[in-house]
Amino acid sequence: MTEGLHRIVSTFFDPAMIAQAMPEVLTVGLPNTLLLSVFASAIGIALGLLVAAGLLSGYRSVTLPCRGYVDILRGLPHILTVYLIGQGLPLAGLAIFGGNTYGYAALAIGLIESAYFAEIFRAGFQSVERGQVEAARSTGMTRLQTMLYIIIPQGARRVLPPLTGQFILVIKATSLVYLLGLTASQREMFAIAQDAAINNANLSPLTAAGLVYLALTIPTTYAVNAWDRRIRGVRSARPVEGD
Amino acid sequence: MGGMPQRRQTGAQRGTSVRFDRVNKSFGRVAVLRDIVLDAPGGVTTCIVGPSGSGKSTLLRCANLLERPESGRILLGDLEITAAGANVDAIRTRVGMVFQHFHLFSHLSVLDNVSLALRKVRRMEREQAEDVARAKLAAVALDGLEQRRPSDLSGGQQQRVAIARALAMEPEVMLFDEATSALDPELVKDVLGVMRDLATAGMTMIVVTHEMRFAREVAGQVVFIDQGRILELGAPDEFFDNPRHPRLRHFLEKVL
Repeated sequence: MTEGLHRIVSTFFDPAMIAQAMPEVLTVGLPNTLLLSVFASAIGIALGLLVAAGLLSGYRSVTLPCRGYVDILRGLPHILTVYLIGQGLPLAGLAIFGGNTYGYAALAIGLIESAYFAEIFRAGFQSVERGQVEAARSTGMTRLQTMLYIIIPQGARRVLPPLTGQFILVIKATSLVYLLGLTASQREMFAIAQDAAINNANLSPLTAAGLVYLALTIPTTYAVNAWDRRIRGVRSARPVEGD
Repeated sequence: MGGMPQRRQTGAQRGTSVRFDRVNKSFGRVAVLRDIVLDAPGGVTTCIVGPSGSGKSTLLRCANLLERPESGRILLGDLEITAAGANVDAIRTRVGMVFQHFHLFSHLSVLDNVSLALRKVRRMEREQAEDVARAKLAAVALDGLEQRRPSDLSGGQQQRVAIARALAMEPEVMLFDEATSALDPELVKDVLGVMRDLATAGMTMIVVTHEMRFAREVAGQVVFIDQGRILELGAPDEFFDNPRHPRLRHFLEKVL
């Protein structure tokens, strides 16, 4: 029993191994992970907003392509999409990022995530009461103006918690960049940890990376939840009179 | 931004009329409006009463095309708003609407609620739009509350903001959909007072209401709708003192 425990500790939680892997995980891996996460999320959120607006546009010629986009990107294995974008685009002569692996990775992960972000935004926008929309339209605002000035501002703040969850998935999904081949200095946290684990025949470096992932994701979750409570607290403190 | 276009004058009438010409509407297989013929003359308040589910709200919502009739025509002044290709957004700027549950934009301040459409639809500069909004808020006795959130206001105040929001567009016609039904009794009076002032000023109004006293005192004509049909229409005194249709008599017995 104690021997088994000891083996687990030495395989996953060897302090020396963790300490040895940590500097490179932090100095090389962490910046790369953050860079990829931010760009992929920016692409994912921008496209996700557009696609969500398309899904709710009410025009079949717009909703059907958007629906197909979401279904395909959510349905394909992420690895396949990363290959399709990262290797497919250059093969097709669309080397928009030149030889920059990160450009393709950010685009691929951003596209994948945009499908998930789109569904989150769609749900948020649909939760905006019909009366808000009718009030806006009855002052002469167009569909687009109503979307921009009423639905998106109200819907977006309702979806902060699920957005955070998705952002955490993006942080973890950035490890897929390894599929496209990386030079030593391009590796993000997981790739560095994996290399160290293989070189040392010990999984503790992965634990080192895991600790840094947690150090990123847990504070993010709590910070956003606190922000969310503040926004909501202001609004729901008083019930509407006469309602 | 210039002033409002001149209101159309129809004969001796002042203000823009709304006319329903054999309007039909159904939700699924339920016929909600059946062959509605109604003339809401310019500058006059038309009150619509009837039991719940009678179709009176739907009728009102057809007047700014929140609902589309399946057949029949609706005319705003001389303009057939139900015509194919009619500019719905432009029509709605001419017809203000006030809802039972206010529907103030919950993420915006009171001032922004009233000035938003001026800025986005009328394309006014912010400063100018806010000046207009302040004036409209003052007209419904809400000056000083510009920076509040709707959720900080009482129901009566919220409804008056909603009226100011509609009036900011300088509409020719105002529609009220049970505007006081969601209010606590002591808050009803303020809102009815604002509506009465509007009527006195010569605004064309169509008012769906359960406030029989308001209808008697302010309306130029009162309409009784039941099961999607207009069963009686007349001047308030005649309507309330001498109802002819048995269903109206029954209805009035219950509500008066």
